[in-house]
Amino acid sequence: MKSIVYLAWRYLAYHRLKTAILISSITLILYLPVGLRVLVNQSSQQLTARAASTPLVVGAKGSPLELVLNTLYFGSEPPELSRYAEIARIADTELATAIPLYVRFRAQDHPIVGTTLEYFEYRGLEIQSGRQLAMLGECVVGSRAAAALGVGPGDHVVSSPESVFDLAGVYPLRMRVTGVLGFSDSADDDAIFVDLKTAWIIEGLGHGHQDLSRPEAAGGVLSREGNTVVANASVVQYNEVTEENIDSFHFHGDLSDNPISAVLAVPPDQRSSALLQGRYQSADERVQMVVPVDVMDALLDTILTVERFVVAGAVIVGLATLATASLVFWLSLRLRRRERLTMFKIGGSRSAVGDVMVSEIVVVLLAGVLLAGALTLATSQFGSLVIRALVSA
Amino acid sequence: MNRVEAETARQVVTISNLEFRYPEGEFRLAIPALEIGQGATAAFIGPSGCGKTTLLNLIAGIAAPQAGRIETTGVDVTGLSDSACRDFRIANIGLVFQEFELLEYLTVLDNILLSYRINPSLKLERSVRERAEGLAQRVGIAEHLPRHPDQLSQGERQRVAVCRAVLPDPPLLLADEPTGNLDPANKGRVMEILFDYVQESQATLITVTHDHELLSRFERTIDFRQFGQLAGESVGDAEYPETGNAGGEGDG
Repeated sequence: MKSIVYLAWRYLAYHRLKTAILISSITLILYLPVGLRVLVNQSSQQLTARAASTPLVVGAKGSPLELVLNTLYFGSEPPELSRYAEIARIADTELATAIPLYVRFRAQDHPIVGTTLEYFEYRGLEIQSGRQLAMLGECVVGSRAAAALGVGPGDHVVSSPESVFDLAGVYPLRMRVTGVLGFSDSADDDAIFVDLKTAWIIEGLGHGHQDLSRPEAAGGVLSREGNTVVANASVVQYNEVTEENIDSFHFHGDLSDNPISAVLAVPPDQRSSALLQGRYQSADERVQMVVPVDVMDALLDTILTVERFVVAGAVIVGLATLATASLVFWLSLRLRRRERLTMFKIGGSRSAVGDVMVSEIVVVLLAGVLLAGALTLATSQFGSLVIRALVSA
Repeated sequence: MNRVEAETARQVVTISNLEFRYPEGEFRLAIPALEIGQGATAAFIGPSGCGKTTLLNLIAGIAAPQAGRIETTGVDVTGLSDSACRDFRIANIGLVFQEFELLEYLTVLDNILLSYRINPSLKLERSVRERAEGLAQRVGIAEHLPRHPDQLSQGERQRVAVCRAVLPDPPLLLADEPTGNLDPANKGRVMEILFDYVQESQATLITVTHDHELLSRFERTIDFRQFGQLAGESVGDAEYPETGNAGGEGDG
C-alpha cells in the first residue's frame, strides 16, 4: 500500500498545477456552502446577542438599520444626529434609564464613543488596567484598540480630523489614556471611550484657551464689553486637556442643544418599554425609537435570503465542478491507458494498477475535504472578527 | 532425472501445437513446435504483422492461445490464472519495449524500481535499491537517477528501461524492437548491455527486430514467415531478405 500511495503522490507532485487546480476546486466547492453557513450562523448569533442586550434605541428619524448599526457597532457612517435634550425627555418619563452615545469621530480606524459612565456599567465593561474616566480629555480604550494602537494607561491618543480639507472644523484633541478595558468579544473592544463632553470638545463645541484677562493675552483681544471679550486667532487654544488648563475649558450655548447620535433607553420591565415606545409613535415626532432585535431580525432575514441564493448557486457550480473534475479524471485515465498497459505487461498486480489511479483520486478528494475543513474551522474561529469588521465598515 | 527430463529442464521456452488468432481479423499464428534454451540469444524476424510481437506476448502470458501449450522457464503459462501469471511475469520475465514505456512522473531511480512497487510479490529492500543504483552506474546513467525521463536522451531512456527489465534478475528477457528508436551508437550500447546481462546471468534473450545489422550477434534467427498466416496463406513476402544463421524452427 505504501508503494501505491507513493506512486500516486509522485504523479500528483509531478502534475502539481493540475493537482492544485483540482484540490482548489474541490476545496472551494465544499467550503462555500459550509463556510457560508457557519458565517451566517455566527453573524446571526452575534448580531442577535448584541441587539438583544440593547432593549431600545432612540435617534433622529432616518434609517433604523443605520441607527442600530452605529449604536451597537459604532459603524463609520454616523446616522442623523439628535439633541442631548432627548436624554432629559426620557429621564422625565421615569420609564427608562437613558444613556447617551455620540459616535462620530475616530482615532485612526477606531471609533471614539462619547458617553457616560452608565454605559460601562450597562455593558458590563470592566477596567483591566489603569482607572476609569475621571475628568475631561481622558479616555479608556477597548482591549483590541489598545493592542492595535500600542497604548496603555498614561499614553495618549489623538482624534483624527474628519477631513484633511476641513481646516476650520474639528481640531485633533490629544487625549490621555487612563485605562484599558478587559476583552468582551464585542464592538467595545475596538472603541475608544470618552466622556460626552470630551466628544463635544473634539467637535469644537467646547474649548479651552489662554486667559484673556491676563496681560500676555492682551495683544489678541479685539474688544471688551462687560463680560464679552472678542479676541483674534492669535489667542492660544489648547488641544489637550491638562490639570493646568482644565479650568479654561468651557462650552458656549445650551448643552441640551448639543448633538448626540443615539440614546440607549433601558426600561426596567416590559410594561415600561411598551409605554415608552408609545410616547414615540406620533407621526410628527422628529426622533424614532427602535427595538434593535426587530431591526436585526429584518437584516438577518435579508442575509438568510441572500445565503439561500448563494448556496443554490454554489450547489449548481459544485455540480458543474464535480462534472468537470470527473471529466478530468476520466480523460486522465484514458491518457494513461498506455501506462496501465505497461504496468500490466511488466506484471503489475491487478489491484496495484487500479489502486494507483484510485489513490490519486482519493488523495485529491481528501486534500480538498481537509482544506475545506481547515477553512471552515478558521471561519468559525475568526468569523466573528470578519462580521464585526463588515458591520462597522 | 533422465535424459529427456534434463533436456526439458534446459529449455526456457517450449512451444507445442500453438494456435492463436485475434477475435477480430483474419490473422492466425500457428507454431507446431519451438524451443529456445537457457542462455540462448534469439532474434525474431519477419515483416510487420506476421506475429513476432504476438508471440512475445504469448510467451509472457500477456495473451492466451486458442490451442497448444507454452512453457516459459518450465511453467505452463497457458494454465496460469491472471493473478498468478502477473506474479510469474514480474519475477521471471524482463520486458524491453521499443517506446521505452517509462513513466514520465517518476524519477529514473523510481522507474528502475517500478516492478517492486506494482506487485507485492517483489519486496523492495535496501539491497534492491543498491542493485538498481549499481545497474545505473554500470550503464552510465547514475548521474541521472534523480531526474525525470523527459530530461534524458533516447539512448539514456532505453538504458533506464533495460535496467528496469533486468533488476529482478529474470531468467528470460523479451525485447520488442529495443533499438528501433535509437541511433547507431546507442543501438550498439543497448544491445551490448543486454548481451552482457545474458552472459553473466545465464539468461535467455529473445528480441524482435527489423535491424539486420544486429542479426549476426544472435545465436539464432527465427523467421516468422513460416508461422504467421492470413486466411490460410503465408504472410511472408518475397522482398523480405533471408537471414544467415540458424533460420527457421529452432533446435534449442
